[in-house]
Amino acid sequence: MAKHYGRGIAAVNYPTGMNLGGDPTQALIFCQPTGGFSVKLASTDLGQGLKTVIAQIAAEALGVPFDSVIVDTGDTDSAPHCMGTFASRATHRVGNAVIMAANEARKALLDVAAEEMEAAPEDLVLENGEIYVKGAPERKTNVFNVALAAHFKHGKTISGRGIYLKQKSGLDPETGACDPDSTEAHATTVAEVEVDDETGEVKVLRLASAYEVGRQINPEMVKGQIVSGAVMGMSHALMETVFPYYPALDHHTYSFGEYIIPTALDIPEIESVVLEYPSSNGPYGVKGVGEMTANSPIPAIVNAIYDAVGVWVTDLPVTPEKVLRALEERSLETH
Amino acid sequence: MESITVTFKLNGKTTAVAIEPLESLRTVLREHLHLHATKAGCGQGGCGSCTVLVNDEPVLSCLMLAALADGQEVTTLEGIGTPPHMHPLQTAFFDRFAAQCGYCSPGMIMAAKALLDKNPHPTRAEIAEALAGNLCRCTGYVAILDAIEDVVTQMQEA
Repeated sequence: MAKHYGRGIAAVNYPTGMNLGGDPTQALIFCQPTGGFSVKLASTDLGQGLKTVIAQIAAEALGVPFDSVIVDTGDTDSAPHCMGTFASRATHRVGNAVIMAANEARKALLDVAAEEMEAAPEDLVLENGEIYVKGAPERKTNVFNVALAAHFKHGKTISGRGIYLKQKSGLDPETGACDPDSTEAHATTVAEVEVDDETGEVKVLRLASAYEVGRQINPEMVKGQIVSGAVMGMSHALMETVFPYYPALDHHTYSFGEYIIPTALDIPEIESVVLEYPSSNGPYGVKGVGEMTANSPIPAIVNAIYDAVGVWVTDLPVTPEKVLRALEERSLETH
Repeated sequence: MESITVTFKLNGKTTAVAIEPLESLRTVLREHLHLHATKAGCGQGGCGSCTVLVNDEPVLSCLMLAALADGQEVTTLEGIGTPPHMHPLQTAFFDRFAAQCGYCSPGMIMAAKALLDKNPHPTRAEIAEALAGNLCRCTGYVAILDAIEDVVTQMQEA
């Protein structure tokens, strides 16, 4: 009876864009007379930080400070349609739609600015909310003044419409080939575990991962997704089930007393590196990062258990009972 | 049932409130007194999102009858910091990106405050132990532990 150390590896390819294409999202942007911009989205922030990264993307594309952008999300009655926040599609889809909307709003803004400044719109530079004539920086104004003039003097709106749609890709009848997604992120996780062959308990000692995520809009939030994905992956691998005792409805979970998820005491050592290979069609090179972070730890842990004690337990979660049964089965086979 | 009046010190201020006798402290805080930082999670004492301090001890307010708070001192997240004057724990959570959906954050911060008030120099393991009754689905806890360790370091330096 002993504790056995094992190490396992797993890799994932994570596609962004669903349904062989045909997976659109829309955005609207408008400017208030205060010079503040509002981004209207039906897309939801689940806590992963969509509102923050969309404000960053909108501010960058408009040429205004981050603080002057409000992102209003989550009401499908009052905002243009989005297919939803799922499968790591939101930053890619919404970000692209927002850039398109921001470009139209920026053009409307510069058209009014050009009239106000008696300059050609293409000669104007808009940076961080300040507007000046190229080559003549003393001829300047700002978004607030232009927004006031647009509203009260010119009777014009400063607004933009955006949508991102990748056309649906059919299957080639001869070869079955298709173009199923917009971009792919990649990840590899190495798991180190300790398996107790007496109790069947598995302890994850360390999860080390490399993530290729395209361009990071907000590196701290990418790190947040990676760390939380590691813990959630470990949790799916070892803990979470709606039928912890017996696979019948009467035996389902009623509380966190039976539906076990990790606490602060259960987290392994987590280490990660991020690689950035920008995508060709994501906003500023974005790919999807969230969901895959919970994917690669699971097979890596299952492989590490095999490395430790020589049994494959592929029915999740890998509970102590399943480990002991597999060990027993193997010892019966060998004797 | 006839309503009763309980009187307790809430965030430093004496507060009297008419309640149904069997209402939980969490319900009274959220629905009678409109203090919504204290979250309603599982309602079974399993998640910690309703954690408040009663006489400086962390308490699951969903499991405590509000009537038992009579004459006690109750502290909620609203009582330890405001947006312009955040508590050091709130600032550290902000700086460390220690919240994603944020639903567990008030309970986490109150549990951490209870720990630091008693033990200003806890180890990382002691912090994890003190937070073990507070579940978080989003962060994986690492940023939360980092944030609390930052406050411990600040207190050592001060």
